[in-house]
Amino acid sequence: MSLVSIRDVRKSFGANEVLKGVSLDIAKGDVVAIIGRSGSGKSTLLRCINGLETYQSGSIIADGIEVGGASTNLRELRRHVGMVFQQFNLFPHLTAAENVMLAPTVVNKVSKAEARATAAEVLAKVGLSEKMDAYPSELSGGQQQRVAIARSLAMRPKVLLCDEITSALDPELVNEVLRVVEQLAREGMTLILVTHEMRFARDVGTKLVFMHHGKVHEEGVPKEVFAAPRTPELQQFVGQVG
Amino acid sequence: MSYKLQFAELLPYWNVLLQGLIFTIVLTVVSTVAGIAVGTAGASARTFGPVWLGRIVAVYVELIRNTPFIVQLFFIFFGLPALGLKLSETTAAFLAMVINLGAYSTEIIRAGIEAVPKGHIEAGLSLAMTKWEVLRRIVLNQAFRKIYPALSSQIIIVMLGSAVVSQISAEDLTYAANFVASRNFRNFEVYLLAALAYLVLAMLTRSLLRALGRVIFKAR
Amino acid sequence: MLQFSFWDILSNLLIATQWTIVLSLIAFVCGGIVGLALLFMRTSRIPALEWFTKVYIEFFQGTPLLMQLFLFFFGIALFGFEVSPWTAATLALTFWTSAFLTEVWRGCVESIPKGQWEASSSLALSYIEQMRYVILPQASRIAVAPTVGFSVQVIKGTALASIIGFVELTKAGTMLNNATFRPFLVYSLVALIYFCLCFPLSWWAKKIEGRLNVAR
Repeated sequence: MSLVSIRDVRKSFGANEVLKGVSLDIAKGDVVAIIGRSGSGKSTLLRCINGLETYQSGSIIADGIEVGGASTNLRELRRHVGMVFQQFNLFPHLTAAENVMLAPTVVNKVSKAEARATAAEVLAKVGLSEKMDAYPSELSGGQQQRVAIARSLAMRPKVLLCDEITSALDPELVNEVLRVVEQLAREGMTLILVTHEMRFARDVGTKLVFMHHGKVHEEGVPKEVFAAPRTPELQQFVGQVG
Repeated sequence: MSYKLQFAELLPYWNVLLQGLIFTIVLTVVSTVAGIAVGTAGASARTFGPVWLGRIVAVYVELIRNTPFIVQLFFIFFGLPALGLKLSETTAAFLAMVINLGAYSTEIIRAGIEAVPKGHIEAGLSLAMTKWEVLRRIVLNQAFRKIYPALSSQIIIVMLGSAVVSQISAEDLTYAANFVASRNFRNFEVYLLAALAYLVLAMLTRSLLRALGRVIFKAR
Repeated sequence: MLQFSFWDILSNLLIATQWTIVLSLIAFVCGGIVGLALLFMRTSRIPALEWFTKVYIEFFQGTPLLMQLFLFFFGIALFGFEVSPWTAATLALTFWTSAFLTEVWRGCVESIPKGQWEASSSLALSYIEQMRYVILPQASRIAVAPTVGFSVQVIKGTALASIIGFVELTKAGTMLNNATFRPFLVYSLVALIYFCLCFPLSWWAKKIEGRLNVAR
């Protein structure tokens, strides 16, 4: 049974249809890399999965919860579906540890002490044990993004959505973030990544999804798809970015 | 408990209320034009004038901005005659309004002038423009574009504040409302009507200023 | 005939100033509380609540404070309650203040990047929790300067309570003027006292604003 099941999802911004019937199944432990040109709908699709965007038709079921329903408990959904953003979106008035502790204490009503222990554990996992009490403004972009990952991990998500998480980083900081994601993949975390890092998609991904004009244009095992793209659009895309 | 509002009793007085409304509109228009003129002069003096003049303008601005309009009005109407300067209710009302808006617009326009990059002034001067030409065509032009929304809301605030001139018997809309209330004792009805008239006036002024802004600053 | 010395005038004005301060404080604090509630409604994305606050703000920002004082003074009386100038002034100034503070604070809330809302949403925080833990702590830093600045408007606004018969600084000035026939002196002193109350707040607001701009 799939952990996230997307069925014929359609979404428009005004007259502009950005998702034109997308279907996708993601099993537990999958590492799905979604690639495609800007405007192909990949980020919108990701944001539909945790209800940041609404869609007009079709269905998305994540961890057994229908996302688009009128009475959907988005809070319950988001407790199990984490998200990391391109611009980090750390809370600037809170330290790294406080950023990580916020949702467990407020949403899950965990005690401060327990939350701090969790924060220490997840920050260690992303290699930032010594930065627990630093404010976001005191951290590099790569460090901020790793705190953002730790912040999501503290909620023990069943799926982690990553929206171009290395696109806002200086080139030399990209790898430290990718290494963290790779380690999560190895530990069996279910990941859905919108990414421009083709090599990472090929080496770490278990599934590749190429989106084009609001549809899944091609999908399969990353190494096979990259080695022999079936459609001219993907051939062209791989040729340009690869 | 079950009071019935009786707006019909205001009908015989529509003439009085209309005259009051017209007075308020004229008062606002005149003091807007004169107040912005004062503000432009004040702001120019503060940024480009001699230091002593700038200081005087600063004191004027702070005195007005940190005292209530009603006190300014009473000072002008009741206080100045003691110095031999006797003003009619209407004159005192207009004068107080101009002085008040002049101070606020000085501060607003000054902020606009200071936001104009120094390089633009230097560029203008190096194109052999005179100081006056630079001030008018480069500095003030850009400044007004930038501060137009702030100035617009200040005009509306001053318009609403003008209700206070009724207290020296200048015959504005509030004065008319007081008069009607004293005749038919329908206090609540007449003040509600007057309040709604001010509300409509404020909304109309806002749209009018917005439209005017689009015409004046068509470029860009 | 009673003779008023300069010191008599000044001390009477200063006694009345206490009421200006008390009324200002009450209006500011109560207006702030109501304003905060309105802020939650205004940014709730619940259409009915947003619509209500918009109309509320439009009315209290779009009509003269003096009219609001009259409406409270005569309006409550219609329901058969005895209204003191004190009650009417407190109510009118509270509602008037709340409308302006809500708008000032809404501007501050809206200046917080959208990503802060999205990140906190994704962490399963509810709207109230987002405001409480993420948005307001950041917005309040920006809000201090304009809020202090607005307190000056509140102090000046209390002068209008004199018109419905509340004895504060301006009303005391009018009464002393009627008793002494020294309008120039009396109104100069009244203005000076208001200036001493308001100018430090104006100055402080400007200072905080400057510091915030440097910090960015």
